[in-house]
Amino acid sequence: MNNLLSIVIFIPAVAAVILALFLRGNDPAAQRNAKWLALFASSLSFLVSLLVLKGFDPANTGFQFVEDHPWVMGLHYKMGVDGISILFFMLTTFLMPITIAACWNVETRVKDYMIAFLLLETLMLGVFTALDLFLFYLFFEAGLIPMFLIIGIWGGINRIYASFKFFLYTFLGSVLMLVAMVAMYHAAGTTDIPTLLTFKFSHDPIVVLGLNVAGGLQTLLFLAFFASFAVKMPMWPVHTWLPDAHVQAPTAGSVVLAAILLKMGGYGFLRFSMPMFPVAAHLWTPVVFWMSAIAIVYTSLVALVQQDMKKLVAYSSVAHMGYVTLGIFSMNSQGVDGAIFQMLSHGFISGAMFLCVGVIYDRMHTREISAYGGIINRMPAYALVFMFFTMANVGLPGTSGFVGEFLVLMGAFQADTWVAAVATSGVILSAAYGLWLYRRVVFGALVKESLKTITDMTRRERAIFAPLIVMTLLLGVYPKVVTDIIDPSVGALITQFRADVPAEAQAAAATTAPASN
Amino acid sequence: MVTVILLAPLVGALICGFFWRLIGERTGQIISAGLLFLAAILSWYVFLTFDGVTQHIPLLRWIESGTLSTDWGIRLDRLTAIMLVVVNTVSALVHLYSFGYMAHDENWGHGEPYRARFFAYLSFFTFAMLALITSDNLVQMFFGWEGVGVASYLLIGFYYRKPTANAAAIKAFVVNRVGDFGFALGIFGLFYLTDSIKFDDVFAATPDLATKTLHFLNWDWNAANLIGVLLFIGACGKSAQLFLHTWLPDAMEGPTPVSALIHAATMVTAGVFLVCRMSPLYEFAPEAKAFIVVIGASTAFFAATVGLVQNDIKRVIAYSTCSQLGYMFVAAGSGVYGAAMFHLFTHAFFKAMLFLGAGSVITAMHHEQDMRNYGGLRHKIPFTFAMMMIGTLAITGVGIPFSGEVFGTPIGFAGFLSKDAIIESAFAGGSMYAFTLLVVAACFTSFYSWRLIFMTFYGPEKGDHHAHEHAHESPLVMTIPLAVLAVGAVFAGMLWYNSFFGNIDTMSHFFSLKEGAAPGAGAIYYGEANKVLETAHQSPAWVSLSPFIAMLIGLATAYLFYIRNPKLPGQLAEQQAPLYRFLLNKWYFDELYDVIFVRSAKWLGTFLWKRGDGDVIDGTLNGIALGIVPFFTRLAGRAQSGYIFTYAFAMVLGIAALLTWISIAGGTH
Repeated sequence: MNNLLSIVIFIPAVAAVILALFLRGNDPAAQRNAKWLALFASSLSFLVSLLVLKGFDPANTGFQFVEDHPWVMGLHYKMGVDGISILFFMLTTFLMPITIAACWNVETRVKDYMIAFLLLETLMLGVFTALDLFLFYLFFEAGLIPMFLIIGIWGGINRIYASFKFFLYTFLGSVLMLVAMVAMYHAAGTTDIPTLLTFKFSHDPIVVLGLNVAGGLQTLLFLAFFASFAVKMPMWPVHTWLPDAHVQAPTAGSVVLAAILLKMGGYGFLRFSMPMFPVAAHLWTPVVFWMSAIAIVYTSLVALVQQDMKKLVAYSSVAHMGYVTLGIFSMNSQGVDGAIFQMLSHGFISGAMFLCVGVIYDRMHTREISAYGGIINRMPAYALVFMFFTMANVGLPGTSGFVGEFLVLMGAFQADTWVAAVATSGVILSAAYGLWLYRRVVFGALVKESLKTITDMTRRERAIFAPLIVMTLLLGVYPKVVTDIIDPSVGALITQFRADVPAEAQAAAATTAPASN
Repeated sequence: MVTVILLAPLVGALICGFFWRLIGERTGQIISAGLLFLAAILSWYVFLTFDGVTQHIPLLRWIESGTLSTDWGIRLDRLTAIMLVVVNTVSALVHLYSFGYMAHDENWGHGEPYRARFFAYLSFFTFAMLALITSDNLVQMFFGWEGVGVASYLLIGFYYRKPTANAAAIKAFVVNRVGDFGFALGIFGLFYLTDSIKFDDVFAATPDLATKTLHFLNWDWNAANLIGVLLFIGACGKSAQLFLHTWLPDAMEGPTPVSALIHAATMVTAGVFLVCRMSPLYEFAPEAKAFIVVIGASTAFFAATVGLVQNDIKRVIAYSTCSQLGYMFVAAGSGVYGAAMFHLFTHAFFKAMLFLGAGSVITAMHHEQDMRNYGGLRHKIPFTFAMMMIGTLAITGVGIPFSGEVFGTPIGFAGFLSKDAIIESAFAGGSMYAFTLLVVAACFTSFYSWRLIFMTFYGPEKGDHHAHEHAHESPLVMTIPLAVLAVGAVFAGMLWYNSFFGNIDTMSHFFSLKEGAAPGAGAIYYGEANKVLETAHQSPAWVSLSPFIAMLIGLATAYLFYIRNPKLPGQLAEQQAPLYRFLLNKWYFDELYDVIFVRSAKWLGTFLWKRGDGDVIDGTLNGIALGIVPFFTRLAGRAQSGYIFTYAFAMVLGIAALLTWISIAGGTH
């Protein structure tokens, strides 16, 4: 079974093709078939991916399950996973069946909807496994098309504006990344990612348009990739597309967007920016640090005053992604482990938070916080689930949210105490906006007439939340299931990074580090 | 055995919380309370048979990353053993008490289930608290630390239909998070400096820390002092010390058993426990200790002044708690950790009892909490009255001065021994500021405590006539816990005085201290230069006598104001109106914080959202876009799917360009 990865990746695509070609009609029976087939395909994909996880050897920091086939025009179809990518791969296969189960109530163009999600799954899995620059670009950019469609067709009233904004932001980054890829090929003569990882791009200063660029080619390449990943992340100040996209997206779309698509930026930093352009990454670390710290405080404050539930959760997502970039650029074990952990954990928690919003949106068709209040009186089970994920989102120890945040901040402290202190203040703000949202929606007396007949979660809804609760707790109580897998690869990444960055550059940048003697 | 103690409440919480529908509410309550009693009995066994050798019981690996290695594990030493007894005893009794107190609750409609939820929360709290005190490392302690915060949040907001309760719950959690912010930074700093967060490693490294500097926020700090202050900020949040105290009085929105358990006996003492646990560090951090003394003494004084004029029976006791916690910090900051733990230990008994007694009064008076509507209750609820008297005698520090020299241990109620120990320590520590404030606070303590007794149990009946007529003694499940705690309030001081503070040999044995031992070898650590304890034992007679005299003055004034001449307080309040309002409004902390933090955060949030995100970021980008986009839309035709089409089109173009480039350049390479 040396093409296991491809099997996992293309099961959903095959199902999508089957749906497109063979499923006719739009009657309830056909709709049901479409849903069941999609659920079956994504579940099967998940089950097969467990074999990948089982066969993965964490001690080996190279790529595993590698498939390499010549493809068109001298290009290669090359796939593989390492300690950094495998858990994103698993996160995707794990979450997709849940996502599909979450859109069980959709009634418009069900078949197309399922096809969109199945294709999206294939493309996202491709992003995390592609080992060829060109292939990566293909998956990375194409993955956005189904997402555009999901927002644009099944979204809310302002979906045009949202998908326009989404498009506008990503487009700029993509163009620059493409140019950078061409330049990389020009310099290294290959598109093979494992080879590029060991290739040393020049960092001699060069002059561009009269400006002296420290770090030379590396800086230019780094910035081009940064443009793309920062938008995808999203980092402050290019985050404003996300709240709009979330608000307009259907629930399942929001789940995928927050839980998986946002992770592509972080993954991109770890796969390309840090190992391939270490000198430039090191030069730009202070900037990224402050962008992250500002993001955490800024978006938390903004979240505090939101009147739309989904927008609040979306801003909270941006704040949590601030921890990710902070951790990655700390470039120490705790920071990078924490960043990866935070991304995985955020996958479960933010996904669940959007599902929580979806549960009551399905019933009341409004996201206005002021339209709710006191629903604990009618929906105790929902109140419990929502409380659990609110606390996880707030980063309560014992849930996965804590481990990521804590490790990141611990890592950041070793790099820059100012940034760490500012970022740590985010834990106060997150408690404030999280609990305040909860109070306004769930607590209080039930006085609004419209809410008096609201019903508690159905069995399907409970089943959707169950695996997310299990994962959030498991990762919070026994995070070794994750750190055992990522730690060796992260260690190798950091060792390589430190070797690549000239010692004098490291010393020069350490003015805000907690140097002690 | 400690593992059983730790996990029993968790099991109880899970069974009671999730399965009460299956087994019935009553059974759920009985199971959770029963497991707590099991834990309490085992705790006493552990405490009494503890042989002084620190035990480590690893349970499970936890967070591991690079050189960071964290376990779920238990550290059993004398400090843990003391806390086990305190937490589980009070918790078990509060569980029992709650059978009665929560039996009927007018906040809930007929037939609404709420009791199982309440018991589950209580048990969950106990588990988190046990995780905190048994922890083997700082991160697990942080888990317990935040865990008790959540339990506290849930219990303060237990009456979730009341807006005031919800607000108080959020306030408690958020203010605690401010403290946790400092605690977390302290942990990060310690890990950075010592490469470990395990207590053993940290303790071993403390002599080094004293000589290190840490560059933190553009400033070079002495490492031990900086970490000491950061951890103390965490302690301030949890233990409601000055500036982070505002949540504690509001926390009285929770049901009274909660106030007794969490906001008097256990959770709020976690900060004191933290400082004592980290005594090897603080012994090398003199400035941090001085800071603790100042904050502790100021809190003791501040809270006592506010307590003088409050009319809500629970708020009086809440401010009293806040004040007493200040005492404990002064002892710890002075370097007499034994005295701090001693007061923590005795305070748990008498303060829990005062709260439960207040609960009994409140039940009797149909949930009336304003003392101005009480009066003359000693005839209606004599047992509660007797218990409250014992509690008051204990907290105000009634005993026989200088009896220690005759009998080997002073004779008096628990508070007499532990509070005097602290005041002597403060004097010996050399801080006249702390000593003076503590003595004045002792006078105030006596005044407000007796004021509570006199207003509640003496004088004519006031307020609702109906409520007074129906006032009746509480059931046995509520009075038994009171009686048990009363035993502690009377005897706990005398029994353990020498172990905690009084006799150096007994104390050294109790805490496993050895001359010249390394930091961390015993349960607490006294530095070699730390002679405060010895000095405290040699205190001049007037120092030892001063709290006793302060207590008498307070008692006499209260008697004068509320028994002899009940018009006096009103007249005084009119004469000193600004001062009275200042105290009644708790020094205006809440109003100040509302303006500085709450309103400004909301204003800033709105500003950043509308102006920052809206005008600046979107404005700029949309401005640019308006120039470009029409071009693309024309290209693509339809607006709706146009962008998607354009995007795909651009991507295909890009790929084509890349492919072309590669095939051309690839051939030349």
